[in-house]
Amino acid sequence: MTHDLATLLIQAQNEISQAADEAALELVRVAWVGKKGHITELLKTLGTLPPDERREQGAAINQLKAGFDEAYQQRKTILKASALDEKLARETVDVTRPAWPNALAQGRIHPVSQVTEEITAIFADLGFAVAEGPDIETDHYNFTALNFPEAHPAREMHDTFFLPSEDGERRLLRTHTSPVQIRTMEAKKPPIRVIIPGRTYRCDSDQTHTPMFHQVEGLVIEEGANLGQLRWVLEEFCKAFFEVPQVEMRFRPSFFPFTEPSLEVDIRCRREGGDIRFGEGDDWLEILGCGMVHPNVLKNGGLDPDHVQGYAWGMGIDRLAMLKYGLPDLRAFFEGDVRWLRHYGFLPFDIPSLVTGLSS
Amino acid sequence: MKFTLSWLKTHLDTEADVSTIAKALNEIGLEVEAIEDPAKDLQGFVVAEIVSAEQHPNADRLRVCMVNAGGAPLQVVCGAPNARAGLKTVLGVPGLTVPANGMVLKLSAIRGVESRGMLCSAEELNIQAESDGIVELPKQTPVGMPAAQALGRTDPVIEIAVTPNRGDALGIRGIARDLAAKGLGHLKPLPAPQIKTGDIKAPNLIIEAPEVTRGFALCRINGVKNGPSPAWLADRLTSIGLRPINCLVDVTNLFTHDRNRPLHVFDANKVHGDLVVRRARDAETLLALDGRTYTLDQTMAVIADDRGPESLAGIMGGEASGCDEHTTDVLVECALWEPLNIAQTGRKLGIHSDARHRFERSVDSASLKEGLEQAIAMIQDLCGGIASPLTIVGQRQNPPALIDFPHHEIKRLTGIEMERAEAESILAALGFQTKPTSEGWVVTPPSWREDIEGKADLVEEVVRIAGLDRLPRTPLPKTTHISQSQLTRDQIRRTQVRRSLAARGALEAITWSFIPQQDAKMFGGGQPELALINPIAADLANMRPSLIPSLSRTLQKNADRGQTEAVLFEVGQIFLGTKPNDQVTAATMVRRGTSGVRGAGRHWLGHASKVTAFDAKADALAIVHAAGFPSERVEIVQGGPSWAHPGQSGTLKIGRDVIGAFGLLHPLVAEGLGLDAETVAAEVILEKLPLSKPKPTKAKPALLISALQPVHRDFAFLAPKTLKASEVIKALMGADKKLVTNVDIFDVYVGQGVPEGFISVALRVTLQPLNATLSEAEIDTVSKAIVAAAKSVGAELRQ
Repeated sequence: MTHDLATLLIQAQNEISQAADEAALELVRVAWVGKKGHITELLKTLGTLPPDERREQGAAINQLKAGFDEAYQQRKTILKASALDEKLARETVDVTRPAWPNALAQGRIHPVSQVTEEITAIFADLGFAVAEGPDIETDHYNFTALNFPEAHPAREMHDTFFLPSEDGERRLLRTHTSPVQIRTMEAKKPPIRVIIPGRTYRCDSDQTHTPMFHQVEGLVIEEGANLGQLRWVLEEFCKAFFEVPQVEMRFRPSFFPFTEPSLEVDIRCRREGGDIRFGEGDDWLEILGCGMVHPNVLKNGGLDPDHVQGYAWGMGIDRLAMLKYGLPDLRAFFEGDVRWLRHYGFLPFDIPSLVTGLSS
Repeated sequence: MKFTLSWLKTHLDTEADVSTIAKALNEIGLEVEAIEDPAKDLQGFVVAEIVSAEQHPNADRLRVCMVNAGGAPLQVVCGAPNARAGLKTVLGVPGLTVPANGMVLKLSAIRGVESRGMLCSAEELNIQAESDGIVELPKQTPVGMPAAQALGRTDPVIEIAVTPNRGDALGIRGIARDLAAKGLGHLKPLPAPQIKTGDIKAPNLIIEAPEVTRGFALCRINGVKNGPSPAWLADRLTSIGLRPINCLVDVTNLFTHDRNRPLHVFDANKVHGDLVVRRARDAETLLALDGRTYTLDQTMAVIADDRGPESLAGIMGGEASGCDEHTTDVLVECALWEPLNIAQTGRKLGIHSDARHRFERSVDSASLKEGLEQAIAMIQDLCGGIASPLTIVGQRQNPPALIDFPHHEIKRLTGIEMERAEAESILAALGFQTKPTSEGWVVTPPSWREDIEGKADLVEEVVRIAGLDRLPRTPLPKTTHISQSQLTRDQIRRTQVRRSLAARGALEAITWSFIPQQDAKMFGGGQPELALINPIAADLANMRPSLIPSLSRTLQKNADRGQTEAVLFEVGQIFLGTKPNDQVTAATMVRRGTSGVRGAGRHWLGHASKVTAFDAKADALAIVHAAGFPSERVEIVQGGPSWAHPGQSGTLKIGRDVIGAFGLLHPLVAEGLGLDAETVAAEVILEKLPLSKPKPTKAKPALLISALQPVHRDFAFLAPKTLKASEVIKALMGADKKLVTNVDIFDVYVGQGVPEGFISVALRVTLQPLNATLSEAEIDTVSKAIVAAAKSVGAELRQ
């Protein structure tokens, strides 16, 4: 390269490095390699030169152009990057501001629904279907068919809500889920394995009683059904439900008109503050009543008690929820206080399953 | 049912301590509710002798005593005036708690003299309400003996819950019999009653109402001396919380609790003429022993004399003929009453007496003669007197039941293996008679166990005594190796709806099934047949026809507490009538204020506006969708039920069936519910949504996708306000059924440029070419058809 061309290259490189932004750089590019740029003009002169000189001069100018292009590309890369940096800086937002709320995180399932699904998941695995019946019952289904004698003290233990009589029969709000035992026997021949969750009502209201509550009943009518099997079912259920490796249960003789023999069941536990641990400790907590279906109840369900046998049990869903999840006050279940629902409720996709675990 | 250990031991010969007895009671079905051990508070306090008592050097009223409690002599400072050498009293040492005031005793210096304990008064030990000095025990009381024993405070009180079938366990003797059968000792025989009879005539006894009594035994005893009971009797009644009255009355109370044998005593000289068992006459009154006057009716049974009712049969005696300290001649009644009549009368009059409690369960049907004789013997023993011969009338005893009890029934019902001999000895110990048969036994229950009806009852008797810890654990056989779904599709979709609504950010509430009548009426309910006769409160009286009122009120209640941003839903039963099929499941979502589908309240990204019918509409369609029904197949009809704003509500229909509704609450309904902010609701009846038919295969239909790009064209129409958007969309969809695949409304405008009574609707139409890309000419043709279709329903293309 001649001295002149070398000087030109230095001059071009100076201009390039002084270009402050991409627009300025573009002006430099046009001034040097544009249609009328210095280097373009130089190239145009080549045609007038003799071939030897042209070759030499051509190579020199191309070297100049290559030098320009290199400096130009380098500068362009730098300017583009800093321009982008500036743009990004300009576009910065304060991401610590709140985003849109997440509906999935806000919604809740009521503990009673959740626990009912947990119970259902366990018993469905043991082959139990879910049977249901009406809340408004007749005296027949709620009492008479279940072997409650007229005016017997056992009937009085159920503080019953009554509705006006219709067709000569007293209507009432079912005091337990047991009427569905009769309805199930009427609808289906043995073998029967059902659980019966649902709302029940008693006119009673204090610290630990609400006029409406939830029970789940179990009914098995099949060959081989006996108290030994009932014991196994209840122990396995309690282990699965409370998610503990062992439980200890105590069976005490008791009385219910619709079972014979009748038993009450306590579970061994330890209480500490508001906490209850199962499978340890020295306390006993009554959790359910059960027994062999009374012969009269089988008869009332159209079955022959000498040849067909079954067992049944009943327990409070609300109470199971309280015990498992440490809910202190039954009355709060039905008050709909959104703070309570948010705190004690379950997320929309906390779906109880024996595969993923009953509770998360 | 309460009793003390010592009272139990009058019937049960046993060495068992109270905890052994309590455990056995629980095991045999007599559930222990409480054990009160009076010795517990006195634990650690012992008998001590004051060896010397010297004047305290620095205090006039104090004495410095040297006390012998068995170990080394202790120095104790005492302020009691009766602290003197030689006195046997009670000592508490440091670490013990004074029962009366909870003070923990400490080693201390009193006025500069060390005191290593406290000599206690009866008041401090909680034995008496007041006392003047420290306890004075008999001279011969051994030093070091536990104070509880020395003071006779060792008798624990046991309280059990007796189930309604076990009338016999409402007598302490019945409890003793059960415990003896369990192996905790022997039932003591009752002494044969010794009765002095003379030529005395009891009044005539006339049974006018034989249906209310199963027998009546009566005796007159002349020349008794009534007054306070002897200490043993008074103490026994006091120990279980009864108040001693006078000896004659106390004997009847003793028999009630001791034998489950309620009795009644009349002062013979206050009874006029014959005694008649009859129905009360309407409006007859009786001043009863509880001091209250009861108005009777003809369903009730009384024992009357010439003056009228003297006693409410089997429930409570009358004041006028009651026994007091002046009574010299007494009539003792020992009767059996029909439980049903007793229960009904007792409930009607609100009397909960010990007699009623027993007669409405069961009293030994063979106890008429024996019970009366035992009572006479005790009265004569305590009060003297000469008895008339016994009058027993109207005795009706059911023939003893004969129950065929096969031995294998025990195993069939319980799984417990039990030898014949064991079962037989349990039955015998409980008073059952057994006659062996080839299969088992023929069993006759004792007269005090009328609850025993069949072999299942006998199984219970045998296993409750044998012990339920013998129940085996028998696994329930699996019906299939891999568990199968057990839920009906109705049950599954309730869960799906619930979880879908929660996924929309709502909270699931569970509200009462009964609501105020005015609420029920506003929502189409409130029929008299759905009103509770005995509601717990007036606002919990009517079975709910909808979940909207409770959810709306609950949202308001939360708002009143400052919790304004929440959405509530419930999936639960509503009652359209009293028949089982009238109970259906509503899925209901309620929003208020600004808690709309797109968020609530103010947000820097954009404020939520007030809830509208369209929030509720979205919820309603979400419910339908979650329930597995294609929501686009639901028809939306303008206008909802009467609870809704007529112009801002809609009805959901499938064919002719109304399946639900949505909308803004009617202002009058909102006012009736006490709501102070806009509230919208969506309610869908799940049972009304048809379940899809089960398909023979789970495979989904093949996916058809066109390779050609869809074309979008926007139109704006001027339409009368009355024209429904749904009609415009329907018309446009019909303009070319092959090409037009979708029509969306993206803008609705009213204002400048739009004439009064009209709206401007902007729609985007999607055309999906089928075989080849659409030419401009083809698009033009379709566009003209679209404009014409709009015009046919009254919408003009906006120029």
